[in-house]
Amino acid sequence: MSDPATVTADRPADITAPTPAVGDGGPDMVQLLTPEGERVTNAAAADYAQYVEDLTDDELRGLYRDLILIRRVDTEATALQRQGELGIWASLLGQEAAQVGSGRALKKQDYAFPTYREHGVAWCRGVDPLNLLGLFRGVNHGGWDPNEKNFHLYTIVIGAQTLHATGYAMGVQRDGAVGTGDADRDAAVIAYFGDGATSQGDVSESFVFAAVNNAPIVFFCQNNQWAISEPNDRQTRIPLYQRARGFGFPGVRVDGNDVLAVYAVTKHALEEARSGQGPFLVEAWTYRMGAHTTSDDPTKYRVSAEVEVWKLRDPIERLKAYLAHEGKADRDFLDEVDREADELAAHVREGCLTMQDPTAESMFDHIYVEEHPLVEEERREFAAYQASFAGEEVPA
Amino acid sequence: MTSLTIAKALTAGLRKAMENDPKVLLMGEDIGKLGGVFRVTEGLQKDFGEERVIDTPLAEAGIVGTAIGLALRGYRPVVEIQFDGFVYPAFDHIVSQVAKMRARSLGYVTLPMVIRIPFGGGIGAVEHHSESNEAYFAHTAGLRVVTVSNPQDAYWGIQQAIETDDPVIFYEPKRRYWDKGEVDESGSTRGLFEAAVLQEGTDCTLVAYGPMVKTCLQAAQAADDEGKSLEVVDLRSISPLDLDTLVASVEKTGRMVVVHEASTNVGLGAEIAAAVTQRAFYSLEAPVMRVGGYNLPYPPSRLEEEFLPDLDRVLDTVDRALAF
Repeated sequence: MSDPATVTADRPADITAPTPAVGDGGPDMVQLLTPEGERVTNAAAADYAQYVEDLTDDELRGLYRDLILIRRVDTEATALQRQGELGIWASLLGQEAAQVGSGRALKKQDYAFPTYREHGVAWCRGVDPLNLLGLFRGVNHGGWDPNEKNFHLYTIVIGAQTLHATGYAMGVQRDGAVGTGDADRDAAVIAYFGDGATSQGDVSESFVFAAVNNAPIVFFCQNNQWAISEPNDRQTRIPLYQRARGFGFPGVRVDGNDVLAVYAVTKHALEEARSGQGPFLVEAWTYRMGAHTTSDDPTKYRVSAEVEVWKLRDPIERLKAYLAHEGKADRDFLDEVDREADELAAHVREGCLTMQDPTAESMFDHIYVEEHPLVEEERREFAAYQASFAGEEVPA
Repeated sequence: MTSLTIAKALTAGLRKAMENDPKVLLMGEDIGKLGGVFRVTEGLQKDFGEERVIDTPLAEAGIVGTAIGLALRGYRPVVEIQFDGFVYPAFDHIVSQVAKMRARSLGYVTLPMVIRIPFGGGIGAVEHHSESNEAYFAHTAGLRVVTVSNPQDAYWGIQQAIETDDPVIFYEPKRRYWDKGEVDESGSTRGLFEAAVLQEGTDCTLVAYGPMVKTCLQAAQAADDEGKSLEVVDLRSISPLDLDTLVASVEKTGRMVVVHEASTNVGLGAEIAAAVTQRAFYSLEAPVMRVGGYNLPYPPSRLEEEFLPDLDRVLDTVDRALAF
């Protein structure tokens, strides 16, 4: 293999320079709160600050509450997996602000297409966290009605949902629910995916389909730096948000650990989509603090010093510092949220432990809408087979 | 009654479906102004507009993937895959998403969509344009797979497929697109998932679908000249299989030969042989036999006449079945 440095020696560095492996997001990154919780006042921040100016104190405290509660759910689910109650769990630790900030920017009529890690978005859409556990416990593949909360099922095939989201957005267009100026009617779609997914053809195809149709969709990439064991430089040579330009729509990198900045940028992107200006790519610069899933061991491929750097950028601490500094949250409020978190965790734990396994016969349900002779034949055979054991003692 | 080719019967059926239900959309490569490479959608964009007859980017995963999204939003997309051999980029979406969506959503979500695929060989095409890949999809729970062999079924079948709330893979016999036949647009037709006995006989049953139905009808005619009476069953539905019709036929004839263009290994013929044998073992005078493409990559078109089953190979196999 030839040395890439030699091959690209004559090319301009602005084309070939690799994206920084794990940096601070770079100068283009939109940030409204520093990791210390201070408001940022640079030019990029000025463009987006308007979107958070009308957040009430209650709404600001609400964001904090969301962050705390969903982290608590995540901690509880991880514990349940360790205790053998879940087969696996995909932790969102570190990505709470990216999910809550974007999730709270959505309107009721918007529609979200998640990966399998969007527990924070699910929370914002009103999905009971307990419902998320069914998939990971192995009792179902998704236990909620997607159309009730406008929150699609978790999609495990990497990137596939970006195309479903794009098609859905094309449907929104055909329903005349874009650019009418009616704030309760105009709708957008948001498609979640990760840095690893950007290498999938489906994601590029969704960018193409969205662009040529000018579909009302926000592509929301949580760049958590790691696709299981592979860092960004195994997926891309340019910053991901810059890819949008090649497809013909805007892309913005936002500090994914800054819930205000994520909220502001996503709100802007969604408003553009709803008003008929077409797709938008948001790259939320964040970090997967935990393992890919509970089956993964990140000590095999990344150094703890990197994790320590990101701990200092924690999404919850900075909002807490901001609220405290601004006098918007007192000790009573913080304690109340913690108490609520414990209650929610107890609900998740209790619900998980008492979750009923489905009946064996139910695996024949819902395969087809209309009766299918093969399914019905096997259902009958299975029932007869099961019945043949009636009265027999079941070995311990 | 109108005399139409299979292609034009499909056009008429699509038109009717679009008139009946404003949620029906057509999507595919070159299906708009051009009317598709086989002209099946000719004139439809002009009459129904670009919002309902969508010329898509050239990306099959994207076409099926966005069709899923449109179906989730309440539309009934009818996707055209330009040629059989180009469906594979969309395979993931068909098998992992389209087929499973209803089950994995516990029945909350339905995906009423049709994926039209012109299939089979015999037109002298370059590679990837002559394949018969129906077994891949018939193997996948959650899909329904059908095919048509004549204009009447084409006209009604495409409408029935669109009305079906389950996803349907709809195979069109491309070398028969230009075959003409009578279409009764006023009446109804048999169910989409039922097989049809096209010719009654007593000595052996020929089972075929799509392009091989015509071959089998011709074979039956030739056999008749030799004093052998063959029954010809058009399978029509590949998944589910109408086993009742097949079993009833073999109980009468005692012999069965399954004919398809697809390679025989792990093909529809194998499934039919197993299922029929299990249900009608004591009626069989001979093993269920298969005639299909050889188990090879589809050959260059100068060799396809030898690769594909034809009248002589069908009759040769019938003779072997009769010799048991």
